[in-house]
Amino acid sequence: MQRKIMALALAACFVQAPAYAQSAADLAEIRQQLDAMKRNYESRIEALEKRLAEAEARAGSAQQQAAQAGREAQVALKEARQAEARQAATQVAQGTGGAAGRPQSANAFNPEMSLILQGRAARLSQDPATYAIGGFLPSGGEVDPGKRGLSLAESEIVLSANVDPNVNATFIAALAPEGGVNVENAYFQTLGLGNGFTLKGGRFFSKIGYQNEQHSHAWDFVDAPLAYRAFFGGQLADDGVQLRWVAPTDLLVELGAEAGRGLNFPANDRNKNGAGLATLFARVGGDLGASHSWRTGLSYVRTRADNRSWDDADSTGAAVTNAFTGRSRTWVADLVWKWAPEGNPTAQNFKFQTEYFRRSEDGTLAFDTATPPATLTPGLTGDYASRQSGWYAQGVYQFMPHWRAGVRVDRLSSGRVSIGQVASGALTAADFPALAAYRPGAGSAMLDWSPSEFSRFRLQFTRDRSRPGVTDNQLFLQYILSLGAHGAHSW
Amino acid sequence: MLNVKRLLCGLAAAVSLAATAPAAAALNVLACEPEWGALAKELGADRVNIYNATSAMQDVHHIQARPSLIAAARRADLVVCAGAELEAGWLPLLTRESGNAKIQPGGLAYFEAAKFVTLIDVPARLDRSDGDVHAQGNPHLQTDPRNIAVVAVALAGRLAELDPAGAAIYRERAEAFATRWKAAIVRWEARAAPLRGVRVVEHHRAFSYLFRWLGIEVVGYLEPKPGVEPSTGHMAQLLETQRARPAKAVVRTSYNDPRASVWFAERAKRPAVMLPFSVGGSEAARDLTSWFDDIVERLLKAAL
Ligand SMILES: [Zn+2]
Repeated sequence: MQRKIMALALAACFVQAPAYAQSAADLAEIRQQLDAMKRNYESRIEALEKRLAEAEARAGSAQQQAAQAGREAQVALKEARQAEARQAATQVAQGTGGAAGRPQSANAFNPEMSLILQGRAARLSQDPATYAIGGFLPSGGEVDPGKRGLSLAESEIVLSANVDPNVNATFIAALAPEGGVNVENAYFQTLGLGNGFTLKGGRFFSKIGYQNEQHSHAWDFVDAPLAYRAFFGGQLADDGVQLRWVAPTDLLVELGAEAGRGLNFPANDRNKNGAGLATLFARVGGDLGASHSWRTGLSYVRTRADNRSWDDADSTGAAVTNAFTGRSRTWVADLVWKWAPEGNPTAQNFKFQTEYFRRSEDGTLAFDTATPPATLTPGLTGDYASRQSGWYAQGVYQFMPHWRAGVRVDRLSSGRVSIGQVASGALTAADFPALAAYRPGAGSAMLDWSPSEFSRFRLQFTRDRSRPGVTDNQLFLQYILSLGAHGAHSW
Repeated sequence: MLNVKRLLCGLAAAVSLAATAPAAAALNVLACEPEWGALAKELGADRVNIYNATSAMQDVHHIQARPSLIAAARRADLVVCAGAELEAGWLPLLTRESGNAKIQPGGLAYFEAAKFVTLIDVPARLDRSDGDVHAQGNPHLQTDPRNIAVVAVALAGRLAELDPAGAAIYRERAEAFATRWKAAIVRWEARAAPLRGVRVVEHHRAFSYLFRWLGIEVVGYLEPKPGVEPSTGHMAQLLETQRARPAKAVVRTSYNDPRASVWFAERAKRPAVMLPFSVGGSEAARDLTSWFDDIVERLLKAAL
């Protein structure tokens, strides 16, 4: 039912129906008025240009004439601007945009719309159904390498517009190839708060780290780094609010905080009042000469999980469901450095990015939650504490226009994990195979070709060692196409 | 949960203290392109503090919203840009991310030069199969000095509106600039008179306004479509047409990769000439006047 409503809503977005029914005569009249206003405005500008040119042609009393022309021009421009403002106001009021004459781009007052299409072919030496990141609690997100063979990836619909002079809003829906619509982002962001403050609210990707806020079509590799998959289930998204502040300094100094529902891993939806997840982030960035720019930041995520469950097998091989309840804190440090000769990246450029993650979780672990408590051996719930870390580093080099090559190294450490039931002797470490100590890793190399700003084709090879003792050789061929409005890409 | 607010405010206060001292100038101007920075400086002198977001060595169609640009947008009292969607790929990010209410589009402190000039090359249809077309018309309007004269009047008015205390200074300087600029235009037109009717091949539609002003005819573009990198196939085709209507020179901007125009120029046996796209695009182009001096001299040297 919900899906159907979503689909209908989306369909409505595509149809540029005159939502505010007006008679054809009304519209024609408005258009005529606008045309007249536009002609008036344009002729005034032309007259002004002509007047200036004439003043320039006459060499004699040039100064006086120029001064006079300048004064007249100021008056004319002021009038022109007022006319322009009136015209814009009329268009807003009437819900009409794009008066006849020069073609209006970005659908005038309709939201800017773009569509992202992605698809790929994959050759995986291991069955993706067996995918797991050894030593880490499963995050429940989209972390596996995806389907083998040819497949369509999520298509994205992006709508964005200024609501009024104070607020901008963005809506991004992800359409899964097997059907179903997921509201990936739906948020507003203030424009007019001032003094460097911006407030954002709705569903959005958290601004922690560097890559977290980027959509998958802007990534430099087919998949998210292993650390993002282990620590945030691919990407930290939440329903909530974000307040950030940019300092009035030469260097970029940005501080921010977010409070969210705690919808996704490492949190889980806890059906409580108040915030379930909070983040803090600070970043600094600037230029080094004309050719180098950099940014570094530190982020903190604090949340709680309540019976966050995962499937495992006990020492006898029987399937069990275990659950964690407790506090989860994650630190992320990031560094990005970009080089482009004279700051012109069109021919050649280089980008280096690295992020380090560290998480500590403290609480209790319940073993085999599916078994009714009455029949369960006492003492199967115990203390749980873990200190885990991971990092990735990647470099992408555009060696000639349209062509880029890149490598990425991924490393995780399952770190120290203490399980009360194991310490007390009630259970053994073999009863928690998913938590067995392991250092997952991966190495990737990619080559991509972007014939235009709106299309990209990528070949990637990854040697993945996420599963203990198993190597998965992965080969991907991917396309990313973007249609419609020219979206601005973040740095 | 966390005393986020107190922490944030504390950090904010600490950074505020460490922040650079406010500049003595009345207005911080963020210029999207150096020609507008140079113009604002002509009009505002010491009353304006200029930060150029780009240089003449950079392709303004493809600029990244670097951290330093967001910081500059945060401090800006006025942004001066070409407009006509030239900066569509990065300026919206700067205004949105800066948290600076003043410089939002539509406000007094958001100045677009294209609003005051009649644009040429307005496409009859909009389709990306035609390349990366400029939907509202050619935004590279700074290459005709008469456009700069018009924009100067408007910009001086805007500066006066934003900084009323300096209104008399802006008016005075605008009048002085208009006089100097008019005389310079007369001088350039006289000097460039022999270029009238000369044919050239151009890399991108970057100098359409310049060529219209000087009566120079463009007989072909190295880019097969706007924004699409020149291909040897397309350039070979263009070479064929050169027999019937030979060009005198092959023109590129200071930010274009020289290889395409050099390749073409060698085969067409014509000189390849780089024209500074803005102030700072060549050693000689130190300010607005010397920039046009250099453009005219380079054209004369190559095409005659
Ligand atoms: Zn262009």
